[in-house]
Order: sequence, then C-alpha cells, then structure tokens
Amino acid sequence: MTAITIGEPGAIQSAQARMAPPSRFGDRAFEWLTLAMALSVVVLIVLTGWQLWSGSMLAIKKFGFHFVTNSTWDPVGEEFGALPFIYGTLVSSFLGLLIAVPLGIATAAFLTELAPLWIRQPLVSLIEMLAAIPSVILGLWGIFVMIPWLRDYPVPVLKRFLGWTPFFSGPMYGPCMLAGGIIIAIMILPIITSVSREILRSVPDLQREAAYALGATRWEATRIAVLSYAKKGLFAAVILGLARALGETMAVTMVIGNTPQIVLSLFQPGYTLASVLANEFTEATTDMYLQALFAIGLVLFGITIVVNLLAQLLLRTITTQSGTRAVQ
Amino acid sequence: MRFETAHQHTWRKIKSASACTIAFVSAVLVMSPLALVFCYLLIKGAGSVNLDFFTKLPTPVGVPGGGMANAIVGSLILLALAGAVGIPVGVLGGVYLAEYGSARLSSGLRFLADVLNGVPSITWGIVVYGLIVLRFKGFSAYAGGFALALIMIPLILRTTEEVILLVPNGYREASLALGVSRWKTIVHIVLKTASKGIITGILLALARVGGETAPLLFTAFGNRFWNHSLSQPIAALPIQIFTYAISPYEDWHRQAWAGALVLVSGVFCVNILVRILTRGRGGSVG
Repeated sequence: MTAITIGEPGAIQSAQARMAPPSRFGDRAFEWLTLAMALSVVVLIVLTGWQLWSGSMLAIKKFGFHFVTNSTWDPVGEEFGALPFIYGTLVSSFLGLLIAVPLGIATAAFLTELAPLWIRQPLVSLIEMLAAIPSVILGLWGIFVMIPWLRDYPVPVLKRFLGWTPFFSGPMYGPCMLAGGIIIAIMILPIITSVSREILRSVPDLQREAAYALGATRWEATRIAVLSYAKKGLFAAVILGLARALGETMAVTMVIGNTPQIVLSLFQPGYTLASVLANEFTEATTDMYLQALFAIGLVLFGITIVVNLLAQLLLRTITTQSGTRAVQ
Repeated sequence: MRFETAHQHTWRKIKSASACTIAFVSAVLVMSPLALVFCYLLIKGAGSVNLDFFTKLPTPVGVPGGGMANAIVGSLILLALAGAVGIPVGVLGGVYLAEYGSARLSSGLRFLADVLNGVPSITWGIVVYGLIVLRFKGFSAYAGGFALALIMIPLILRTTEEVILLVPNGYREASLALGVSRWKTIVHIVLKTASKGIITGILLALARVGGETAPLLFTAFGNRFWNHSLSQPIAALPIQIFTYAISPYEDWHRQAWAGALVLVSGVFCVNILVRILTRGRGGSVG
C-alpha cells in the first residue's frame, strides 16, 4: 500500500504566505463612507425637526396649543395665532386638488388608454417640462397674466351664476384665494398626472382584455377594468399632490394676496403657512416674532411630513401588491 | 335574458366617444399653462433680453437699462456650492442603498428620502437660517448654497440608486472574479456603467434647485451689487425675479420678465440635454 498524498498541508500554507494578505481596509472605509452619506437623510429629518422645535421653543411655551387655534396675527401686539394661515393653506390646497385631480387623472387615462400611441411620449415630455417651470416664474405669470384674465372673464360669469353662495360673494380686486388655488392646481398637475400614469400603466393587460372580451367599449374598459382596479394607487397620487400643494410657496405667495383673514369668499385675499414664512421671515424684528415664524415652519413641516408619509406608505403597499415599481 | 338593443348599443358608443373627448380636452387643458407661460415669457421678456442684461448691474429705480449680470453669476456660484455638497453626498448615499444596504435598511432610507423630497423647499431655508445665518450672524452665499444642497441630496440619492440597480450583476461578478476589491469594482465598473444615468439625475437636480427661490430668501438673501466674498449676501436670478415682480415699477416688471425668460431657457436647455442623453435608453428618467 502506498499512501497517496495530494499535497502537503505545509506547502499550501507557504504558498498563501507568499501572497500578501488581501487588504480589506479600502472596502471597509468605502462602505462606511457611503453609509455615512446615506444616513444623511436621517440626519436631515432629525436636524430639521430639532431646529424648528428649538427655534420656536419660546413661542410654544407662551402660546401652547392655542397657537394653532388663535386667529389673530398681530406682530406689533406680539399676539400670534396660526389659524388664518392653516385655513388659507387648507382651502387653497383643496381648491387646487378640486381642479387638478379630475384633470390629472383624465389626462393620465388619456395617456395610457385612449391616446394614439405616437402622441403619448411627446405629451409625457411636455408634462415633464411643465413640472420643470420654476415656481417663481409661474407666480410672475400669475400676477400679470392670469389674475387680470380671471377678473375680466371667468369671475363675472361665476358671480352671475354662483354669486348667491358665500364662496363667490363680493368683488374681486386682484390677488385672491381663487388665484392661489388655480396656481396650486397648475403646480401639482404634473405630479398627479405622472404618478397616476405610472399607476395606470401597472394595471395588468389581462384586466383590459377581459373587459374588451365581454364587449366593453373603450370607455367602459377604462372605467371598469382600469380606473376602478387602480383606485388605491390613484388615491396615493392625490395624496402626493396634496403634499405638494400644502408646501407650494413662491407662486402662491405672489397671487394669494397675503392677508391673514378667514373669509369664505374665494375672491378675497388669503394667506398660507408657506407664504407667511416667505414674506415675513426677514422682517421679523422681535425674538417672539421670529419664534412664532419658526413655529409656523414647524406646523408646516409636521403637516407635510405626515401627508408625505401617508402617500409613500400607500404607494408602497401598492407596489408590493402588484410587484411592479411605481415612481415616487 | 335580454340582449342589448341597437339603440342601447349606440348610446354606449356615444358615451365612450364623449368620455374620450373629455379626456382629450383634459390633456389639452393640462398642457395649456406650459404653452401660455412660454408664449408670455417670449412676448414680454424677449424685448428686454439684450447684451446689457447679461453684462450690467441692476440700476436704481427710475434709471432705465441695467441688467442682471450679478444675479446670473450669483445663481451659478450658488449652484456650484450646492453641487459641491449635494452631488458627493447624494451619489455616495445612492451607492450605499444600491450596493451595500440590507434590504430593510435600504428600504427604510429610501422611504425617508422620498418623504424628504416632498418637504416644502422653504423649510430648508428656515433650517439653514437657524443653523448658519443666525450662528454666523449674516446672510451668505455659503448658506444659500447649503440650503440648495439639502434639496439636492435626496433627489440625487434616489436617481443614483435607481440607475445603479439597473447595472447587470454580471459586471460586478466579472470584476470581483478577477480579484478586484469591492470598492474598486463599484467605483470603476458600476459607477462608470451607470454614469450616464447619474449625470442625468445630477443635471435634473441642478435644474430643479436652480429655479428655487424660497430657500434662498433668507439664506442668500439677494444683493444688488457684485458679491465679493462668499460669506456675504449674494444675488440669485429667482430672488431677483421675485423682488422685481412684486415691485410697483414698470421697468422692474420688464426686467423680471426678461430674467424669467433667461431662467426658463436655462432650465429647459438642461431638460432637453437630459432628453438627448437618455434617448438611447428609450424611456425617461426622473
């Protein structure tokens, strides 16, 4: 019997010893570096919350919860209540959604279901261009083109037919809640349209085929098989639009009139959380004034974070269900 | 069982046709602001865009002429500062999410980045005001650039991650099999393969923050003259447009339209450039 040795253990070891041990330092350093950068999103959220909280400490201590229920905003008398701004933000955003949601979803349906194929991509590009227009430019256009046009054409008609309701009473002089709502609608249309379009595109073709096989017309197939199937996703698109609407700043500031008041008429000027920040932050002369503005920022940050969380959670449940990736 | 009558069938067809028409009209309405804004910018702004606009400082009220040279340069400086912070943080963060992070951690961070993308830009203005302006007792170009960088980070992070995930795994495996270390594989193979998409994302983020006004109002603040030190207030095109637009002077309104035309042209040029860059891939990024 001869013992067959395939290789002596010692030989292998010496071969390994001759090669330099692979250095893992670069790998580890790079991983830590990228991790630190990725964690910046956590840092940003915490930092923002902390900065807004500590910046508004005095105001929170002095006014407490009363801050969001008080409707007086009097920098001279040092009485600060955020209610007019919360009201203005909610009303203008709601108005914006009222206009933008039907238009956006109809456009998304047109782009995915009804339009001829060759026109779809160019239209999508145009919507991306609309999204790229800076807010301040839309505001400029709003002041000098949209408001005069509104005053001359649609408002008299609205007044004639709906003037008896509190929403359309009184004269419109210029910047007003209605103008703010329309500008918000224009600003959020691209996001509502593009997210809805992604959602509708992710509806399985089987749905459509089934509807057509049953003899549905084009509209019936869209309504029954596509729109109602995608209901939840479309809702997420609306919430995402709402989040944008709540935080829209420059264009709204330029057309909404900037008067802290709570009135039902849409022809009257209003004020939003974001626009009071844009207008008054650099003018805050006293500590309490600045603190109150920080508190406004905190309210705005809180609201938009919650709405965004909701929208992202909704989108996430949908994407995991259908197994496709929807854009944010 | 009753079958549909011819009359009912026609009715359903009419309904379908009218729904299609409504959808078409909606699409036209959605596009119309784009066309309207662009037309008015050309009508009202083109007349005031001349050589002076690009080379001269703003004039005091009542003195005709002048330009926005300082604001244009200021915007570019702010973009450079924002890019210096925002691009490396965003790209490297995106690398972590795509290459290293466990599924759970990555998905959590991705979620937060998406939430951050929805935070109103004016919030970053306040945060940077508290962090930098109050601390260093003054508005500065640094503060403005930093505020813009904070907006860029989650934007770039998400687009970078998405394009890195598109790089086929075979590339990584081939490189690792040759004994190349992981980080070198990522830098030389993965990032290089995804570079077109990453650059696209960076350009889109720059175009987006280039038009931002709200975060600059109380960080960069604006300046009617040349900025001589980055720790001083600096002019930016969007702030200048805003100040001029809400002023009561005709002359300034004209300048605002001209500035808006220049700003939109810049933003659209970047968008078209991106479209050309990504054309080969069929489909759009962002």
